[in-house]
Amino acid sequence: MRRGLTIFVAFTVLMALVPFVADNYVVRLCTFLCMYSALALSWNVIGGYAGYPSFSTAGFFGLGAYAGALVQNTGMSPVLSWLVATVVVAVFAASLGRAILRMKGHYFAIGSLAIVEVLRLVASSWASLTGGGDGLNVRILEGGPDFIGRVFLFAMMAMMVLAFVVTVVVDRTRLGFGLRCIKQNEDAADMVGIDVTSYKTAAFTLSAMFCGTVGAIYASWVAYIDPSDAFSTLLSLKVPVMTLLGGPGTVLGPVVGAWIFVILEEMIWAQFLELNRAILGLVIVLLIFTLPGGLLGLQMPSWNWRALIGLRDRVPEAR
Amino acid sequence: MDVLQILVNGLLLGALYACIAVGFSLVWGVLNVINMLHGSFIILGGYLAFFAWRDLGLHPLVSLVGIAALLFAIGWSLQWGLINRIIARPVLTTLTLTFGLDMIVYNFMTLAFTATPRRVALDLGVLNISDVVVPVDRIVAMVLAFALTGLLFLVLRSSTLGRAIVAVRMDRDAAALMGIRVDRIYAITFGLGALMAGACGSLLAVVYPVTTMMADQFLGKAFVVCVIGGLGSVPGALAGGLALGLIESVSGHLVGPQHAMTIGFSLMILLLMTRPTGLLGTQGYE
Repeated sequence: MRRGLTIFVAFTVLMALVPFVADNYVVRLCTFLCMYSALALSWNVIGGYAGYPSFSTAGFFGLGAYAGALVQNTGMSPVLSWLVATVVVAVFAASLGRAILRMKGHYFAIGSLAIVEVLRLVASSWASLTGGGDGLNVRILEGGPDFIGRVFLFAMMAMMVLAFVVTVVVDRTRLGFGLRCIKQNEDAADMVGIDVTSYKTAAFTLSAMFCGTVGAIYASWVAYIDPSDAFSTLLSLKVPVMTLLGGPGTVLGPVVGAWIFVILEEMIWAQFLELNRAILGLVIVLLIFTLPGGLLGLQMPSWNWRALIGLRDRVPEAR
Repeated sequence: MDVLQILVNGLLLGALYACIAVGFSLVWGVLNVINMLHGSFIILGGYLAFFAWRDLGLHPLVSLVGIAALLFAIGWSLQWGLINRIIARPVLTTLTLTFGLDMIVYNFMTLAFTATPRRVALDLGVLNISDVVVPVDRIVAMVLAFALTGLLFLVLRSSTLGRAIVAVRMDRDAAALMGIRVDRIYAITFGLGALMAGACGSLLAVVYPVTTMMADQFLGKAFVVCVIGGLGSVPGALAGGLALGLIESVSGHLVGPQHAMTIGFSLMILLLMTRPTGLLGTQGYE
């Protein structure tokens, strides 16, 4: 845990220095790293801790993107519009959560996928508000590409750090304990006095909120959204895959998974323009067969670097 | 538009939806796997029917048999070689695996066939009975869709293989104790699901232009039909398919065709919340 925190802080600090040394391409890549880390961390709350296979990430992401974009286009400041989008998504998820979380397993998976479909269809057919299939232009911030690049890198980074802090808090409080109980045996958790419905709804809403904020920031960043981009089923699948890659139900897992996945995806895109989807699919298939518990679930030989450099022998900590 | 015409349209659509969903429902009910490949299997069937018709001059009714056999082989091998190995893992894993496989199939389909909409234009003319206008090719597709669904029902109902599949659906462990090789049944069932998808795809190509972009759409329809009708039973899929066809036809007329799908999905979420086993479903197959 302590080592995980150190790694996370070190990488965050390194990334914060990026805009001062690297070009805009690297800044953009780092912004994506932070964005997917935040999404994977937020998915982890409902998918990793509570064990509910939610595929509605793209639904809340898109809802946040549209809410933020529409509010921002009325002339409100971006930060305020991101907050409004967060509230909208939180209210939506909380009211939906009680009903949809009654389902389990496959039914929940299908139900959560259907939310994305419904929201996308609404966004494409409600043309008077959302611009329909033509998409929606968002006002571009002033200050030039360098400045904008930095603003959004730091905004996404703030979301990643916030999501990380929330995960640590959830991990160590009653909520995390309750969610782990629900994952292992929901009926038993109910029996010993855990308010299962409230816990699940809280996890679902918390998870959705982050997706909403990230979506709103994304909309301001790319300055143009359309239904198929904002509500993409691929996003709903990619985020759980990132968490699976890193290690679901752990604090650092989603971040590690997101970083590896985004960099891998970037390399695949650069190398194989026509086959990128197939290769990404192949990566997913291989991941499932070779890394069932994620990278952090691997039993690594515990590195004793102090002994390696001859400082002193260390007795392994009792777990 | 005439009420009768709307009902007829709904029926024609519903028969195809039932055929789309029946294989998906079978796989979900027996294997407990949400098969994200289903949409791509349908499109693959449609494209193969088109190219067999254009390049080889084969009538879709002839190529249907070959396509069904090929899709069965593909489905069987995927299940036997890959999915069987992780069949006991949680839904997140199985769903993600089929999605990963779907990305591969989808990519190669787009490369091989391009995304151009293709249709087997048979030009069979139009049937006109007292103001109700029906293209004949749609009637042919509907009859065949019913026939295929009925055939699957008969296989499940009265063959040894079908009884074994139903037994595995009811209780896997008990079926294994009775001497049924569960892993083989899984592979055959997945193959049957792919077979139905491929056959249905070649029927769809006669009626609509198919393109790879539509794979998601058909998969979505299969979800909705399964939830409306309930899982793992042929009559359930048939009822769900006809219901969805009629709902889309009526709502398309009342509020505009662009909202028909939204209404279908909203209905599905509503049903999931209130009656997750579907209208004809049985309790206990989660």
